[in-house]
Amino acid sequence: MPKDHGIGASQKRREDVRFLTGAGNYTDDINVYNQAYVYFLRSDVAHAKIKAVDTQAAAAMPGVVRIFTGKDFEGIGGLPCGWQVTDKNGEVMKEPPHPVLAQGKVRHVGDPIAAVVADSLEEARNAAEAIELDLEELPPVVDMKAALQPGATKVHDDIADNLCYDWQFGSETGDVDAAFAGAAHVTTLELVNNRLVANPMEPRVAVGEYSRADDMSTLYTTSQNPHVIRLLMGAFVLGIPEHKLRVVAPDVGGGFGTKIFHYAEEAFCTFAARQLNRPVKWTSSRTEAFMSDAHGRDHVTKIELALDADNNFVGLRTDTYANMGAYLSTFASSVPTWLHGTLMAGNYRTPAVQVNVKAVFTNTVPVDAYRGAGRPEATYQLERIIDKAARELNVDPIKLRRQNFITSFPYATPVAVEYDTGDYVATMDKMEELMDIPGFAARRAESEAKGKLRGLGVNCFIEACGIAPSNLVGQLGARAGLYDAATVRVNATGSISVLVGAHSHGQGHETVFPQVVAEMLGIDESMIDIVHGDTSKIPFGMGTYGSRSLAVCGSAMVRATEKIINKAKKIAAHLLEASEADIELKDGQFSVAGTDKSVAWGDVTLAAYVPHNYPLEDIEPGLEETAFYDPANFTYPAGAYACEVEVDPETGAVTIEKFVSADDFGNVINPMIVEGQVHGGIAQGIGQALLENCAYDENGQLLSASYMDYAMPRADNLPHLANYIVDHSCQTPCTHNPLGVKGCGEAGAIGSPPTVVNAVIDALRSGGHNVEHIDMPVSPSRVWAAMQS
Amino acid sequence: MYSFDFARPTSVADAVAALGQEDAQALSGGQTLIPTLKQRLASPSVLVSLSAIADLKGVSAEGGTLSIGAGTTHATVAAEAGAYPALAELAGQIGDPAVRNRGTIGGSIANNDPSACYPAAALGSGATIVTNSREIAADDYFQGMFTTALEEGEIITAVRFPIPEKAAYIKFQQPASRFALVGVYVSKGAGGVRVAVTGASNDGVFRWSEAEAALAGDFSAGAVEGLAAPSGADMISDLHGSGDYRAHLVKVLTKRAVAKANG
Repeated sequence: MPKDHGIGASQKRREDVRFLTGAGNYTDDINVYNQAYVYFLRSDVAHAKIKAVDTQAAAAMPGVVRIFTGKDFEGIGGLPCGWQVTDKNGEVMKEPPHPVLAQGKVRHVGDPIAAVVADSLEEARNAAEAIELDLEELPPVVDMKAALQPGATKVHDDIADNLCYDWQFGSETGDVDAAFAGAAHVTTLELVNNRLVANPMEPRVAVGEYSRADDMSTLYTTSQNPHVIRLLMGAFVLGIPEHKLRVVAPDVGGGFGTKIFHYAEEAFCTFAARQLNRPVKWTSSRTEAFMSDAHGRDHVTKIELALDADNNFVGLRTDTYANMGAYLSTFASSVPTWLHGTLMAGNYRTPAVQVNVKAVFTNTVPVDAYRGAGRPEATYQLERIIDKAARELNVDPIKLRRQNFITSFPYATPVAVEYDTGDYVATMDKMEELMDIPGFAARRAESEAKGKLRGLGVNCFIEACGIAPSNLVGQLGARAGLYDAATVRVNATGSISVLVGAHSHGQGHETVFPQVVAEMLGIDESMIDIVHGDTSKIPFGMGTYGSRSLAVCGSAMVRATEKIINKAKKIAAHLLEASEADIELKDGQFSVAGTDKSVAWGDVTLAAYVPHNYPLEDIEPGLEETAFYDPANFTYPAGAYACEVEVDPETGAVTIEKFVSADDFGNVINPMIVEGQVHGGIAQGIGQALLENCAYDENGQLLSASYMDYAMPRADNLPHLANYIVDHSCQTPCTHNPLGVKGCGEAGAIGSPPTVVNAVIDALRSGGHNVEHIDMPVSPSRVWAAMQS
Repeated sequence: MYSFDFARPTSVADAVAALGQEDAQALSGGQTLIPTLKQRLASPSVLVSLSAIADLKGVSAEGGTLSIGAGTTHATVAAEAGAYPALAELAGQIGDPAVRNRGTIGGSIANNDPSACYPAAALGSGATIVTNSREIAADDYFQGMFTTALEEGEIITAVRFPIPEKAAYIKFQQPASRFALVGVYVSKGAGGVRVAVTGASNDGVFRWSEAEAALAGDFSAGAVEGLAAPSGADMISDLHGSGDYRAHLVKVLTKRAVAKANG
């Protein structure tokens, strides 16, 4: 019988009841008495000098409350970057100002120039159209390599070469050069990791409110981490002390990374509400989202793999250009460096690995973390080049991977991280079993009989989750700690509110977290609620990203629950007139070991709040404990993925016939939710591999600024559920957190893109097409073009 | 959306009168017009909704001709045009259920989006576009991307399709919008063979005459095989495919449509 309670139970998501019945409370559902609406007038050109912004006529239009421009933000802080990267020469990165409203220049299509606050959104839009702009257009820089050429237009006047940093990491150059010099074979591949737009179902929203009575500002916002927003906006942008600033992120309809960051619009609404003494609301349109939500990926990479005569990997070298866009978004600088370079060893024993990254400013929307953040980019290039090397050496790609697997743990890679545990052979075995690799030849023959080409693609991945030890990330340039926090508040009647720093915006925390506490206390989950998303309620937590919630915040919750148990045992010992050491907690009952004497959970909690018979001389009344947890290491989920595709050789259309993932997430609390996370992650990775493409033209105009041109994955782009198999039965528990969990939110999006592309290349080659690589998205037209060449 | 006046006449005559006002704009299902208004890319003074005109609705088959009222939704055509199965199938594959329940055949034909499906069906069937004042052969009606023979204030009231002996439509979807990246409609009937192509050309829907000639004598996929694909030079070239790719698809889809029509 599968468990229906506690750790390991596939409980249905309790939050879905309100989401699916329209009872959710999203930021756009929040309307404050007397609120005004803001419309941002955004640049429709990629690069221009702002010569004049004449708001006089617009300000006189009906309903207009006030029009703000860059001048209103002179002397006020810009949007900060949360991670300082030091380049290979010891210089700190270039960190240009990022004003709330553009000052002097606009630097990308969508850059906000003016903000019109009016009684209604329509009136604000009408007035925005009456603003007279005098823009002197400048040539834009869009292509990263062109941006670095001498004489290229400068995105920021004081950054001569548009270079944010030139970063080098891993093995010494001499060691890497020696590995390549002694190699029997070197494989080289150049590829693009396509720019993506996250497109959460709910666009961003901000409502700023100000209370004159207590000088308190409140921001309701679509955020994955309300405390981070409070810290960044309060301390760096608006200068509001944290006790006078409350940030609330209520129900949030998906984040995928793009709701981590602190954005101009939320700072504006908070600022304007104070200025106007009136609430100000902004709701992004989908079009605005395309040009103002931080984008993801956008790397151009050359990767080289050196192998010895026995096909052992001996050296790996990468050279990547990473697009920052026009400004540094909150964690932009960390993505192509510490979140990417540290994973470049993958699942393999390569002794010499060096990563080089040039981060480049261009006249495009800022780029930052997007589901996987750096790790998909690392996995994609590594797993693509291993496939190419296998082909060049005429060895089986699975065999080549197995031969080079890391098999003993802990394992210190040449790129700074130490994998605590894992079993890559086990996940590969599981994948091969579920995929039925021996049956592939027959399936390929069936496809060929229908005039289709069938390909098999495999890959492995490892990622680093649960970010991470604060002292380590501090050394690497993070301007924040990366612990998390939880308060377990037991009420007099025994019910519990767990106040957590992590934020749930699709992950199912409200279901999963109570399963852990229920297991520890032996009570029913229905007695436990999770509270999150409001800085006035929860302890200071760093929020949800990087598959960290359970590994970090869940660990804090375990620690706080342990404190509760310790104190409750003292109370129980008093009530039972026994020694604390003899008290056992099982199924919600405290009993004296070896006797039939016991008290129930509710008796103990009531005694804590009605302490008539209570050891007041030894312990305080009440039952509420907080713990902060700072992890000792990252966690390292890993897995082996495979897919089979069919290619229509006449049209280039690719269909995914079967997809298998075999993941090692360590211990699993709710298998159903884990499977859902992986299903969704793979769908998102298939989106990147086959469909999604955020494209600019040479003038810096966004070509894919709506769903007419930006292709999101849909159900019919995925295989039928019977052939869409996610497995997490290989479990090597994390060695350093109390739950032994690793994190599952990003795995699917990391592992799937190279799997799909490897399969498409395999299919084309089976049809006699000498194709080595196609950049994502592997759209029908690109496949067809590759077949023609 | 800018503010506008709204009229909802119940007869074609009243609608024509209402459209005589300056900057008046007809509104049918609104599947193109409403998003355009929301983006403030159009600012009509008055929107004249055609949705309350009962005469513009309905599907009827008589004497080898299928007549569809201009205000008939795609969903209704899909459900009720059984007398012309290829057309019913085409209607059932336009957009998504929301689009099919609002969008109308008249709206689509009047807009003449270069990637829309209905223009291919009308041209590929040799349909007749019936307006409040005249009847226009499809060959004369479609005059280039978003351009038609309609005069200012003229309203399509119905589209009449001669029901062919054989017909089929194959749409290759643009991955994002799922409009036709290329769509090919073939028919063989009393009026001969027609091959109409949507999605591909800078000039909007067109007839591929070389294929029609080849198929006139031999209505088989093999007859198309020997043809060169049309020139890619005049084809749409964008994020989703080059002109050459679209030209290639025209040939592939024509073959497939003929094979499908032959059952």
